[in-house]
Amino acid sequence: MSSGTGARADAPAIELADVTKSFGGLTALAGISLSLGQRARTGIVGPSGCGKTTLLQIIAGLLEADSGLVRVGDATTARQRLARCALMPQRDLLLPWRTALDNAVIALENRGVSRAAARERTQPLFEQLGLAGFERAQPGQLSGGMRQRVSFLRTLMADKDVLLLDEPFGALDSITRAQLQEWLSQAMDTVPRTVLLVTHDVDEALLLCQHVVVFAARPGRVVRVLPGGGGFRGSRREIVTSPEFASLKEQALAAIGS
Amino acid sequence: MRDTARASPRQPPEAEGPGPAAALAPVPATEPPTVPGGRPARARSLLRRCWPPALIILAGLGLWELIVALAHVPAYLLPAPSAIAADMAADWPVLEPALQVTLEEVLLGFAIAAAAGVGLAVLLHLSPIARRAVYPLLIGSQTVPIIVLAPILVILLGYGLAPKLVIVALICFFPIVVNGIDGLRSVDPELIRMMRTLDASRWAILRRVEFPAALPSIFSGLRIAATFAAIGAVFGEWSGSNQGLGYVMLAATPNLLTARIFAAIVLLTAIALLLFGVVSLLERIFVPWAFRGERERSDPR
Repeated sequence: MSSGTGARADAPAIELADVTKSFGGLTALAGISLSLGQRARTGIVGPSGCGKTTLLQIIAGLLEADSGLVRVGDATTARQRLARCALMPQRDLLLPWRTALDNAVIALENRGVSRAAARERTQPLFEQLGLAGFERAQPGQLSGGMRQRVSFLRTLMADKDVLLLDEPFGALDSITRAQLQEWLSQAMDTVPRTVLLVTHDVDEALLLCQHVVVFAARPGRVVRVLPGGGGFRGSRREIVTSPEFASLKEQALAAIGS
Repeated sequence: MRDTARASPRQPPEAEGPGPAAALAPVPATEPPTVPGGRPARARSLLRRCWPPALIILAGLGLWELIVALAHVPAYLLPAPSAIAADMAADWPVLEPALQVTLEEVLLGFAIAAAAGVGLAVLLHLSPIARRAVYPLLIGSQTVPIIVLAPILVILLGYGLAPKLVIVALICFFPIVVNGIDGLRSVDPELIRMMRTLDASRWAILRRVEFPAALPSIFSGLRIAATFAAIGAVFGEWSGSNQGLGYVMLAATPNLLTARIFAAIVLLTAIALLLFGVVSLLERIFVPWAFRGERERSDPR
């Protein structure tokens, strides 16, 4: 199911060509062109108001671009793209009437899998992602970081080729965020997908992604594409404090400032 | 009285989970935290909430009794609470069958209103065209005092159960529909976008997100309707009947059986309270998360 796009292995997972979008008189996106490889992890950083969230919604098929080409696998229409992408919102949006595990299984249920079968299929990943013991916890009983993990697992269980993460840790404190970045990095190694991560945290993008696209605001546009530190080996602390990482960060910050 | 129909839904707190990071990261396989406030705590809080109104009621009854005794008010004008209680016991053979009749009217009428009201709310929510067409009519229909329809319904439907059910249902219907539509519409749009990327059909969104999210609001409407239901049944009986508590009151008036009228009022109040209590209990059962949220909010930070 996860590779049901029928696309060639070397074809880009996501392709954007000259995508524009305006709301009223405001140009949110002015000619975005990007190409993301299969199973690549790409970060988008930029100031607020640079159209990052709009871009994710267009790729996900929740919005239609005014002009330009948007292709996810072989899907070009919004409706087809919606079937290819799963979007993880910034807020966890866990349903308070469902337990943690039942929140994670909702995509399977939406596809007609019975709840019992959906739970059974989700349980192993629930444990692998460090959530064991919290299956029956109510969302209100979970910490912000735990809720984000459940939210990520829920997105993952949609079993889509493309994961679009919209500032997934933006609402968390910096210590929790650092822990979850490390966690997400491992999770993405466990369950590889094409990932597009929108963030305002340069460290986060560099740490988790192989490529980092720097956006500028008003109108939203691509300023630079930089290599990320996603391939670096070692713990988060070792990577973040390494000179290579510092040099990447320097370039990224310079691009944002330009 | 229908202005009260727009009670705000109690939404659970969103996206503000308890913050501390200490409990995170390498997660040990611990037991999930237990819900605060077990059964003894709940019973105690119930007692705490109940005694102030109980005290006021008792004080009021005592004062009433005292005034009637000291001022020598004749029983046909204002019977003392003790006289009403004595009458209720003595007249029970009359009151009991009347209570059964009215209780049936109230419960059935309310059930019809609940089913029709929630059903119509869902329908109008799913179809914007239907909403635009029907919603103004629904509001407009409330300007017709439903109570004046009672005699017409008696002409149309006779003296039996049917016209009473229609009146009760008409009176209860409106707050249920309006609260239902409001609840369904107030769902976070981001939640719906998220569900769409998770392959949810329109039906799945309704069933898994919109309807549960609207439940607190729907129950607000049901609770308001519960307090109206007994009024509807009495008006229905006053317009034409030969049984029920409303009929008992009507028959007692020319005979100056004032204590019996009061006894009927007490029973009508009991019916309304019972219905209200049942609805509140069902809400506790079907919407537990709303109360969990409430408890978390009321916890000292």
